[in-house]
Amino acid sequence: MAQKIVVDPITRIEGHLRIEARVEDGRIVEAWASSTAFRGIEIILRGRDPREAWLMAQRICGVCTTVHSLASVRAVEDALGITIPDNARIVRNLIGGIQYLHDHVIHFYHLHALDWVDITSALKADPNKTAQLAQSISDWPNSSPEYFRSIKEKLDAFVRSGQLGIFANGYWGHPAYRLPPEANLMAVAHYLEALDWQRDIIRAHAILGGKNPHTQTYLVGGVAIPVDPDSETALNADKLAFLKRLCTKALTFVQQVYIPDLLAVASFYKDEWAGLGEGLGNFMACGEFPDRAGNFLFPAGIILNRDLSQVHSIDPAKIAEYVTHSWYQYAEGDRVAKHPWEGETAPNYTGPKPPYKYLNTDGKYTWMKAPRYEGKPMEVGPLARMLIAYASGQKRAKELVDGVLKQLGVGPEALFSTLGRTAARGLETLIVAEQLNAWVDELADNMARGDLAIHNGKKWNPATWPKEAQGVGFHDAPRGALSHWVRIVDGKIANYQCVVPSTWNCSPRDPQGQPGAYEAALVGTPIADPEQPIEILRTIHSFDPCMACGVHLLDAHGREVTRIRLNDWTCP
Amino acid sequence: MKTLVLGVGNILLSDEGVGVHIIHLLRERYQFPQEVEILDGGTLGLDLLPYVEDADRLLIVDAVQMDAPLGTVARLEGDRIPAVLSLQHSPHQMGLSDLLAVARLRGRYPSEVVLWGIQPASLEVGLELSPTVAAQVEGLVQSVLMELERWGIQPIRRGET
Repeated sequence: MAQKIVVDPITRIEGHLRIEARVEDGRIVEAWASSTAFRGIEIILRGRDPREAWLMAQRICGVCTTVHSLASVRAVEDALGITIPDNARIVRNLIGGIQYLHDHVIHFYHLHALDWVDITSALKADPNKTAQLAQSISDWPNSSPEYFRSIKEKLDAFVRSGQLGIFANGYWGHPAYRLPPEANLMAVAHYLEALDWQRDIIRAHAILGGKNPHTQTYLVGGVAIPVDPDSETALNADKLAFLKRLCTKALTFVQQVYIPDLLAVASFYKDEWAGLGEGLGNFMACGEFPDRAGNFLFPAGIILNRDLSQVHSIDPAKIAEYVTHSWYQYAEGDRVAKHPWEGETAPNYTGPKPPYKYLNTDGKYTWMKAPRYEGKPMEVGPLARMLIAYASGQKRAKELVDGVLKQLGVGPEALFSTLGRTAARGLETLIVAEQLNAWVDELADNMARGDLAIHNGKKWNPATWPKEAQGVGFHDAPRGALSHWVRIVDGKIANYQCVVPSTWNCSPRDPQGQPGAYEAALVGTPIADPEQPIEILRTIHSFDPCMACGVHLLDAHGREVTRIRLNDWTCP
Repeated sequence: MKTLVLGVGNILLSDEGVGVHIIHLLRERYQFPQEVEILDGGTLGLDLLPYVEDADRLLIVDAVQMDAPLGTVARLEGDRIPAVLSLQHSPHQMGLSDLLAVARLRGRYPSEVVLWGIQPASLEVGLELSPTVAAQVEGLVQSVLMELERWGIQPIRRGET
């Protein structure tokens, strides 16, 4: 029997992403991903000073502020042929690396864990057994029976208060949850600890980012934070020592809490979820965390058809976007693909007026464009990065991936799955966390040698720019390959396009009918209860969707407005 | 006693950013006592948790969909706020309502929370406020100042001695 189910909104905490899936005999046979809000940031940047673009780009999304800033300054530097000083490279690596840690840990504990962890089951846990479990998998000190008892009491009081907030939308008690109560309680404890941990991470960002909470450090040509051992306001030896303490604390949490928890969860779910949830088989990474010689910690490349024996190189000229199934129109018609430098952002909403039951998935059905590399859809993000690092022979990636496969008793084919994606995120977090202190040391070495340069100002003055220039800024952001494309004419931005990770992953069909990464990943997924399709959430959340970047807040044409009764308010 | 005045919203989407505009106006015009923080929260999520948890009193300024005539200014307090905020389909991955829920779970909820909201007239892409909302900005600033006065906070107007 065929049945169509809809999940909307799908992100745990916010709306904007909708999945429609056709289910036959308890399995998904076809799926469509729709972003139900318009994106249009590019329109604002047109006509502005390219040196200021990053300041606005960082407001695209509250989760990815530093990410868009970095891609933006790199795009302008590429267009104008600016090379940045070594200290700027290191500061950018540090800010980017800390962003990885922050995003990935928060994603695991506060967004994705709830797909695997049953909060209500934690209330049935025995604190003594929880302590035994915790001590058996890690040396993390917060593991006493008293500690877990206090967590249980806190959770109990919270659930009794009835204001569930973040836990309100869970499918609690769903038969697809597999963890015993003790593992669930341990996860709740670490959910809370991760919040304390992230406060330290924010402090590290504040040291490097200047004014908090919005980073002020980026600058076309380098960074705006002085490096100087003799200045109190600059990055000096004291601040670097403090930064190292924070980075070490961050690494310890990843080693002793995140990774053991990840493996514990994986061990309970591997039989099902190490064989499900990856559909395209094509992966792309644009390379990130350059060293002094320009080599990346996570190499750039492309893997096709799950063939790990070959990593293809990337040519930016081969990226293009379709709008055949997207609510946009191109001047030359909707079956052509446009390279981002020639990209157009002209909305053309043809969808139904809300409230509606189904979208017309034969026509246009999303605000996401369909980016393709040489005509092929790509998955981007942690799984792509780790596979490409692994296949490129990156030593640490190989060690960690092989170690995890062995520990879980699964073969390399298990990598191509929802669980593979979730594990890849944890492993790359560890690789970055291990690297942070080395970057701080590099900065200290430069400082000791008297190299205090942070900015290359040779091309700061627009009078030195060519009449026309174009550039691309790649940043392999926590969620995947991000690129900003800028065309500069007469010192002003003539065109600006962002191709963000969620656009790759949440892409709709293209004119050839090829699905995007989410759409392909869902095919074959069993659905135990169409009323509570937690299986869809597991796979989609494993990508860490962030629709805020890919889209604009609200669709002025097609949005279903959530209304609040005015009598709840007191009007002055 | 720490007080946090938090303006949130996306300045790229016209009236959606009104909370942030108010923050910048307050900062330009007034000098606040040290225990009062005037913060541009943008669309940040969990990054704001330390600020919220460290505050004894929290005053939020935001554009809120309340099905009222465009530009309507309204005040809400206490437990009704999280419910209202959670109805807003915010683009923030971890929205303000979630932030407040997390603070409550951790037992670090501010003892007093007030929201001053305004009904947006335009959420189109653009850096400028709509004329309808722009016309209410001065009133909203006065409301925020009144709220602070009720808490015994009197900022000094810049340029005056």
